[in-house]
Amino acid sequence: MDANFWAGPIGWTIITVGQALAVIMGVMVSLAFLLWGDRKVWAGVQMRKGPNVVGPFGLFQSFADFFKFVFKEVIIPAGADKAVFLLAPLISFVLAFAAWAVIPFAPGWVVSNINVGILYLLGISSLGVYGIIMGGWASNSKYPFLGGLRSAAQMVSYEVSIGFILVTVILLTGSMNLSDIVNHQKSSILNWNFLGGSLASLLGGNLWALIPLVVMFPIMVMFFISALAETNRPPFDLPEAESELVAGYQVEYSSTPYLLFMIGEYANIVLMCAMITILFFGGWYLPFPIDGLGMPAWLETVVYLLTFIGKVVFWFIMFALVKAIVPRYRYDQLMRLGWKVFLPLSLVAVVIIAAYRVYGGAL
Amino acid sequence: MTLMAIAFYLMAAVTLVAGLLVVTARNPVHSVLYLILAFFSAAGLFVLLGAEFLAMLLIVVYVGAVAVLFLFVVMMLDVDFIKLRQGFANYLAPGAVVAGILAFELVFVGWAVAERGAAAGKTPQTATAEATNIQTIGLELYTTYAYIFEAAGFVLLVAMIGAIVLTLRHRTYVKRQDIFKQVTRRRKDSVAVVPAKTGEGIQE
Repeated sequence: MDANFWAGPIGWTIITVGQALAVIMGVMVSLAFLLWGDRKVWAGVQMRKGPNVVGPFGLFQSFADFFKFVFKEVIIPAGADKAVFLLAPLISFVLAFAAWAVIPFAPGWVVSNINVGILYLLGISSLGVYGIIMGGWASNSKYPFLGGLRSAAQMVSYEVSIGFILVTVILLTGSMNLSDIVNHQKSSILNWNFLGGSLASLLGGNLWALIPLVVMFPIMVMFFISALAETNRPPFDLPEAESELVAGYQVEYSSTPYLLFMIGEYANIVLMCAMITILFFGGWYLPFPIDGLGMPAWLETVVYLLTFIGKVVFWFIMFALVKAIVPRYRYDQLMRLGWKVFLPLSLVAVVIIAAYRVYGGAL
Repeated sequence: MTLMAIAFYLMAAVTLVAGLLVVTARNPVHSVLYLILAFFSAAGLFVLLGAEFLAMLLIVVYVGAVAVLFLFVVMMLDVDFIKLRQGFANYLAPGAVVAGILAFELVFVGWAVAERGAAAGKTPQTATAEATNIQTIGLELYTTYAYIFEAAGFVLLVAMIGAIVLTLRHRTYVKRQDIFKQVTRRRKDSVAVVPAKTGEGIQE
């Protein structure tokens, strides 16, 4: 078979489908263990054991849950809008995985290395609202509807501040391509974006580099909090606040449709962890340069891949800890935080970073 | 037929059918969902043109924000379909006139575009190896059209202020939470320890 085949339309399609399947399967299987880890962390904080029956340390708990969900009966409420009711979890699920197409796992390890990667992520995550709002409406029931509306309002609100935070990163790195953003932070922790991306130049005597350092660290914290709100995670899980709304938009869902909602939710959470890693914590790069060690190229790629996964897992543990430790917000306080604190702060950050890019000397 | 053409006809067909269903769907929520589908496939057409930035903007702005608010409003409304259809015959004539004018304009615009209208004699700028789409658009927008761009910004600002003025009401009977006041409150401002004698209470 000649090399042209793989560059042609059929070969390209086969390769891309293969890559997409690899990413989806990889994310799905890791999700099973991350879910287990989430429950273990939660249990650990509450001094419980957590899942510990299925498999060693309960590692296979998620698979047991999976089969339980799949083999149950799908119940569709009598008054539900059947088509929309079943479409909603599908949308949630598909979008959660579609976003992974632009995530670079290691140098060159990305399904679609597009120039508008960040905008694509923003677009996909803004579409994620539809799954929830459609599910809430189609259930034809009060609690899901209220949960859906709450969730939509919350996600739209926090998307605004996430958008501005992304703009600061884009300004700082000068690219919307996620691989370029990671490459901008290479060689050492001094170049990572949460320290302003130019700490090395600050240590070299360029005092202007103090500005991004002061701005980007709070921006990173704001991104983390906004990511919690965007994924409806505690302490911002008001759409499914069990004390008032039972389970929000998911009330009427059972078995596989519910499973799709849940997997979509967790895929989004891990996606947010990956985004924090890429945008602020140097993506696949280690805190110190490793290209001088004389490693073969494949080993370097493996190290980079493992570094990326390690960082994502670290942020996932942070997500899990927040869920266990922080009490739930009140809805008006959530809105206040989004519109009156995060939005103005991120706007100011955009202005400062833009001014720094123009006047702050060489980058 | 190339792959490009197949993709174009597919997405154009989806856009048109979705647009038609927006008008004909009985349930207004379904109408909005079809509208979203139409937006989405229009974004696909942009991608085919090589304008991926515009496609993403279309999705982020229209699908992600405008249509969500649309859906919000439509879901909250309790639409009475029978009532809506009652005056159908009365509005048929003026509706037809408006539709006719719009159709005429659309044909006209389409014709102008085919003849390359205002853009005649100019070559459209596309992404090159040196500059991506976004850079090309930014360069054009912020140099050639900087003043017009800022004027558009002012129009939006005025619209925003107008919306705020229209909806802002100061209701005196509503107790609002002042976070700053709560956070800056100290023990000595709010607690007083007063020795009280048994049987007498505290005299102010």
